[in-house]
Amino acid sequence: MAFGRSSRKKPLVEPVTLKILVAGGFGVGKTTLVGAVSEIRPLRTEEILSEAGRPVDDLHGVENKSTTTVAMDFGRITLRDDLVLYLFGTPGQDRFWFLWDELAQGALGAVVLADTRRLEESFAAIDYFERRGIPFTVAVNCFEGAQRFPAESVRGALDLDPEVELLMCDARDRESVKNVLVAVVEHALVLADRPAAPVPT
Amino acid sequence: MTDAEQQDQGPHPAQHWFDDDAGPVVRPYAMTRGRTSAATRHRLDLIAVVVPEPAADDPGRDQTLSPEHVEIVERCSDTPQSIAELAAGLDLPVGVVRVLVGDLVEDELVHVTRPVPPAELPDVSILREVINGLRAL
Ligand SMILES: Nc1nc2c(ncn2[C@@H]2O[C@H](COP(=O)(O)OP(=O)(O)O)[C@@H](O)[C@H]2O)c(=O)[nH]1
Ligand SMILES: [Mg+2]
Repeated sequence: MAFGRSSRKKPLVEPVTLKILVAGGFGVGKTTLVGAVSEIRPLRTEEILSEAGRPVDDLHGVENKSTTTVAMDFGRITLRDDLVLYLFGTPGQDRFWFLWDELAQGALGAVVLADTRRLEESFAAIDYFERRGIPFTVAVNCFEGAQRFPAESVRGALDLDPEVELLMCDARDRESVKNVLVAVVEHALVLADRPAAPVPT
Repeated sequence: MTDAEQQDQGPHPAQHWFDDDAGPVVRPYAMTRGRTSAATRHRLDLIAVVVPEPAADDPGRDQTLSPEHVEIVERCSDTPQSIAELAAGLDLPVGVVRVLVGDLVEDELVHVTRPVPPAELPDVSILREVINGLRAL
């Protein structure tokens, strides 16, 4: 049994891969946002969790343990054949924070998706990215029927640093989501250009 | 999309959270035959990309491999794929794919690209390219 039909015709491209996280409470529109810009339908991956709620690396005997899985949705944007951006929609609950630790490693930045009817669900994500110095942008998903608030009052309610951008968006709209992603990367660019500041521990 | 998500619109009561993002493990783990990822193996990042080695074309090499190993190599042979894409495409938990890809790395049938090192941001020129690429979408 051979792999592939014949010898390779062209050398394989090994893309540089990058990731942006999309965090926010359940139902806030993370998967919708990913789907609006992804070239593939959002896919799901599952991590196996141990009883303690940590990801399981060691699969030995896992079938006998009481475990659960956590699903993450992700999408892909091929910017060039050697530059690929992945978007990961991350469950916003506290009990999944170990996942964020893994996902946040090497992440280019994050979108915190917020709904003005339940802003408090974004607090944990904002705290998380602030504390780790991960560049993020807050995107308010403007559901119809939700009361519109001026950006300034939302900023105030979220206690955002002045340099963190807050945008209104429609998670279903490709152009709107593109703007949000550009804002995240521009913010990352500003931070990358700046001499490293000591990170508070 | 789950049924819960399709039925519910707008704000969700807290009790729905568990049902959407978490569920019981029902899959068999026979295909890793109880093996563990060796301690020396680094944890493969979800966006690490699996690239077949030329040796993967050699028919004599793959006697001990499972169909899942073979499928991983085949899926990557035209376009290298990330761990996340492989897990989704094979409908296997990420942990299982990590073990299988680890086997293939050990057998020198594939190598895995290193994503941007932890705690480092990608360099400025890459960020500019990402911005330009996004604008051009
Ligand atoms: N009206 C409206 N509905 C939205 C918008 N974004 C998401 N939805 C809907 O809200 C529900 C939850 O969205 P989903 O992306 O699954 O949320 P997730 O749990 O954060 O991944 C789905 O039924 C979406 O179709 C939006 O901008 N406007
Ligand atoms: Mg979702």
